[in-house]
Amino acid sequence: MSSYQLDHLQYLETEAIHIMREVAAEFERPVLLFSGGKDSICLLRLAEKAFRPSDLPMPFLNVETGHEFPELIEFRDRRAKELGAKLIVRTVDQAIANGTAMVAPGEISRNKLQIPVLLGAIEEFRFDCAIGGARRDEEKARAKERFFSFRDGFGQWDPKNQRPEIWNVYNARLNAGENMRVFPLSNWTEMDVWEYVRQEKLEVPNIYFSHRRDCFRRGGQWLPVPPPHTDPTKPDPYEGARPKPNEKRETLVVRVRTIADMISTGMIESPADSVDDIIGEVSAARVTERGTRADDKASEAAMEDRKKAGYF
Amino acid sequence: MSAPHPIELLRFNTCGSVDDGKSTLIGRLLYDSKNLMEDQLEALERSADITGGGQINLANLTDGLRAEREQGITIDVAYRYFATPRRKFIVADTPGHVQYTRNMVTGASTANLSIVLVDARQGVIEQSRRHTYIASLLRIPHLVIAVNKMDLVDWSKERFLEIRDNFESFLPRLDMKDVKFIPMSALNGDNVVDASKHTPWYVGPTLLGHLEDVHIASDWNLQGFRFPVQWVNRPNNPRDPKLHDFRGLSGQIAGGTVKVGQKVMVLPSGLKSTVKEIWTYGGPLQEAFCPQSVTLVLEHDLDISRGDMVVGLDSMPGANTELHARIAWMHPRPLQRGKKYFLKHTTQTVQAVVTSLENRIDIHTYEPQPEPAELTMNDIGEIRLKVSKPLVFDGYATNRLTGSFILIEQGTNATVGAGMLNPPLEPVKPEYNDFAI
Repeated sequence: MSSYQLDHLQYLETEAIHIMREVAAEFERPVLLFSGGKDSICLLRLAEKAFRPSDLPMPFLNVETGHEFPELIEFRDRRAKELGAKLIVRTVDQAIANGTAMVAPGEISRNKLQIPVLLGAIEEFRFDCAIGGARRDEEKARAKERFFSFRDGFGQWDPKNQRPEIWNVYNARLNAGENMRVFPLSNWTEMDVWEYVRQEKLEVPNIYFSHRRDCFRRGGQWLPVPPPHTDPTKPDPYEGARPKPNEKRETLVVRVRTIADMISTGMIESPADSVDDIIGEVSAARVTERGTRADDKASEAAMEDRKKAGYF
Repeated sequence: MSAPHPIELLRFNTCGSVDDGKSTLIGRLLYDSKNLMEDQLEALERSADITGGGQINLANLTDGLRAEREQGITIDVAYRYFATPRRKFIVADTPGHVQYTRNMVTGASTANLSIVLVDARQGVIEQSRRHTYIASLLRIPHLVIAVNKMDLVDWSKERFLEIRDNFESFLPRLDMKDVKFIPMSALNGDNVVDASKHTPWYVGPTLLGHLEDVHIASDWNLQGFRFPVQWVNRPNNPRDPKLHDFRGLSGQIAGGTVKVGQKVMVLPSGLKSTVKEIWTYGGPLQEAFCPQSVTLVLEHDLDISRGDMVVGLDSMPGANTELHARIAWMHPRPLQRGKKYFLKHTTQTVQAVVTSLENRIDIHTYEPQPEPAELTMNDIGEIRLKVSKPLVFDGYATNRLTGSFILIEQGTNATVGAGMLNPPLEPVKPEYNDFAI
């Protein structure tokens, strides 16, 4: 390769930096969605590359379901602090308490309940743009997503009426009340993310690496056994997500491949305890990353339906 | 694991009319190159009962939306990713029905290569001519004509040559330098990843073989330094005196290369300076090139903001408020003379008014029809525009990034047109010629 040529990671990186800077320049109140997961960890590095030596020109936002892995929360808070960024956290619990989110009878997952919380935070802080770490290779509905994904006043995505995106000229114009979701990692694959983690020597939460964990079998997946319910004065936040007597329970050597919350994240049995091992595992994998996400298995159009309603 | 070796990225798009088998072809590429996962195959098998009458339908891999699967059509550009040990690929599957021009322009604008699918039974149809024209209009460096469904014409060499001759009767008018014809059956996998035993008369590569081999190193413009200023980087940090005075220009290099110590000019002001530092997060660079994203620090503290362009002195772009361009129209509301739009070009947005509609291209003959009343959706034509402040630009043929723009409808903010600028009549003659200060 000639010296004036970028390899695939460098190409994806410059594309993403360009998009981040467009956001900073074109929007008044952008926010970056940071969960502590591997994709948003890459977003943070790209933000540093886009904006340093200045401060990052946008706060971070995370929507908690209340079922988070504690390791992830610790990591999220620490990284935000290290980067000198303001971290805003809004929770499904608050939204249930103030009535903006309603729990569907019998529904254990709080995945869908993140939608009103996210839209509430956008309204509360008058954010006009939210940068997310979603990738097109994750899911078929995402494969049709634009870098700059226009949302109407209700936060809805209309897949049949997207703005065409031509060259690297992004139309970021909005009317009052509308907002944009921007996905700089659109063209990245799971493999690209891990190769970038390796190249940039990025720290990731230790649940991505092999560890021993109490798991139980449900819906063809190994789910983590939630932490014990210690405060009897409050309802059990993990009600319904605890192993039932007829469900097989085992301590396994596992790791996560993709992180939602404890209820929606299938653990995979794996000895991979380094980024190199993970890259080896991903390249040999025979199921997609989202194959371990219980929230996507609901139906073939599960992601499409959530996106139309205003999901990330 | 050994250290990663550099892998090139090739972006391509597939176009063809309804039922030419685009989605099947992409499905076949993924399937035969072992880029499909078990859960994707499972999902395919589940959906086979809905649309495929029990048979696995490879098109369901790309047709991701529910309405698409129900109607058996592709609604919007879908992106797919796969890799071989030699290259990584980004595929844009561009559907060919109602919004065909819009979709193809979207999918092809960033592509190194376009695949135009042709049904061997039907041969060259209007859509084939249109897609080939758009590929040439967008100046996609490489073109593949995939003559598909060869199994349905008994793998006839004569039929293949007939279709090739038909294309070659109009290709010379389109200035396409690299065109490859490949006979195939996407449904059965012939000549997609594996060579077909049905085409002993064809000596060329399979489609994947060609995608892995085609030379793309020179697809970026490395002549004439162009740096649209995207974001002025001023830390203004009172805690760190070194950062207090830092004033960088952040952006993505849109053409050429730049070195520390190189003399540059800022347009449209015409002020000159020297590159003092090429700042990046990973450390300073001595030299940078298109399409790297960097932060330039100049010797002089000039008044520079987003939308300005830093250029090399060896080749000057044009700068004008009067523009002449070809445009692909993408919206149901037609392009009209006298109407005002926003025009976004590199990193700046200006107001634009269409002063004249010079012609509309007849897609059957490629002949321009002069002075149309309007351009409607999917039309391609030549227009003249007047903009509210001078645009610093190159001809699209010289530089895809500084020669392109989009038109945005005022009020709705819809992206309605994709413009490709004609070369400037003369290079910019800046008012100031001295070094600043």
